[in-house]
Amino acid sequence: MNVSRRIVLHFPPNMTGQPVVCHLVKDFGLTFNIIKASISPGQEGLLILELSGERKNYDKGIKYLAETGIEIQSLSQDVVRDEARCTHCGACVTICPTEAFALEPKTRKVLFDHNKCVVCGLCVKACPPRAMILYL
Amino acid sequence: MAKTIAEINERIRKGKAVVVTAEEVVDIARAKGVSKAAEEIDVVTTGTFGPMCGSGAFLNVGHSKPRIKLGGGKVYLNDVPVYTGIAAVDVFLGATAIPDDDPRNKFYPGEFNYGGGYVIQELVAGKDIILTASAYGTDCYPRKKLETLINIRDINEAILFNVRNAYQNYSVAVNLSDKVRYTYMGVLKPNLGNANYSTAGQLSPLFNDPYYKTIGVGTRIFLGGGAGYVAWHGTQHNPTALRADNGVPRRGAGTLAVIGDLKQMKPEWLVGTSMLGYGCTLTVGIGVPIPILSEETLHYTIVSDADILAPIVDYSEAYPQREPDILGEVSYAELKSGNIRVRDKDVPTASLSSYPKAVEIANILKKWIETGEFLLTEPVAPLPGVESGITFKALKERPIS
Ligand code: SF4
Ligand code: SF4
Repeated sequence: MNVSRRIVLHFPPNMTGQPVVCHLVKDFGLTFNIIKASISPGQEGLLILELSGERKNYDKGIKYLAETGIEIQSLSQDVVRDEARCTHCGACVTICPTEAFALEPKTRKVLFDHNKCVVCGLCVKACPPRAMILYL
Repeated sequence: MAKTIAEINERIRKGKAVVVTAEEVVDIARAKGVSKAAEEIDVVTTGTFGPMCGSGAFLNVGHSKPRIKLGGGKVYLNDVPVYTGIAAVDVFLGATAIPDDDPRNKFYPGEFNYGGGYVIQELVAGKDIILTASAYGTDCYPRKKLETLINIRDINEAILFNVRNAYQNYSVAVNLSDKVRYTYMGVLKPNLGNANYSTAGQLSPLFNDPYYKTIGVGTRIFLGGGAGYVAWHGTQHNPTALRADNGVPRRGAGTLAVIGDLKQMKPEWLVGTSMLGYGCTLTVGIGVPIPILSEETLHYTIVSDADILAPIVDYSEAYPQREPDILGEVSYAELKSGNIRVRDKDVPTASLSSYPKAVEIANILKKWIETGEFLLTEPVAPLPGVESGITFKALKERPIS
């Protein structure tokens, strides 16, 4: 059985120079599609992947990633916006790696496109009035 | 044709006052000309809604039986410590106070999910708040411990008293380093990854009266969803800051101290706020009405985002080290376009202050004035202006002994 899932990888600074994704392809026969990457050497990095492959190999690949010290976001979470708490400040707009937030040009209200959200969690802590809520 | 505040109030009472927002006035003056617009318009309303750390509330919780002297003791509201160094049952709840057991930045960056700003919002929302206190006991105040629920409805006074709000201009924060910086200006991504700003621009109160010609001590304002007053100039008030030819400051300049009855305010206009890695605060809604007394006062209100400049400051080095260097200036029109250029790089911008909410505040204030429920007040004293020579001083450290 094949699986295909979107995952978020948080790289600690000492890991960002390493070719982990190559191993996923070479050693486990997985295919990937990079949705978003922000990694530069010596810094904490973030990589959002759509990872696909045979179920058994997929699980092995995830196990390998976990062993390297990379933090993998659990896949069954959801992020929603508490509309009553959102002040439409816009602080989240430049934080979200997948551009799930957009400014409505006329009113300058902040639109949230739930479909673009990959549940990386970055906005949850960066939203000043804590309007973005992570459900586990 | 000069008008007086008394004449404008007469028109407000009759329901005849012409009131427009600081956004609307720009187009009206463009279409009709300044002098015609000044003749027709009575009041221009402004608004701003952003995190303002200089905020807090005085509460008088009433006397327990037997009595307890909270003054000089330790008091917590929902685990948030309040200041007790005043009268027996008065306390001051500061917006940035955090529970003693909050891990702060021990787990960096600290989340600061709860603090004084949140207690103020819950209090205003009418929620019960847990008060715990310990005191040293005296002959007239024998009690040493107190644990009770309190509610804003039952306590004697709840006075919002913010010593610094509504900053007239503010820096645009960026990060030149190669590490994420967690600041009071939000999360700043490395290598000029983003730029955060925090004013409502053309709608912001003090941008529309740059020399404080109409706003003074005693000016009645929209504060936190109720009516409040300008109490004084705010702390760090710096009228002598660098100004452009149109009078508008190009650096942080004037500030307001404001006061009002918390019991009439609303939780949607006083919002508990957390800055990752920095701390807790309160997002405050303020709107100031500007009486159009002359062509000159109108002229100041037609300032638009393109005419207001803000300095770009590096928060990885220049700000923490108090270096004066700036990386350039940008207008609010550029900031609101979503991208600015800094050191030949396109940098995406974001705001910490809510423009849609600022518009809403200016419109609520407009409605209050149009329907006659909000009259203007004559200031009882002016705010210190450029002529005062007041400047913003840094701390000069001196060796002890
Ligand atoms: S940062 Fe939070 S409050 Fe501000 S617009 Fe985004 S979701 Fe809304
Ligand atoms: S969790 Fe927030 S920052 Fe992350 S993708 Fe979803 S909306 Fe964007």
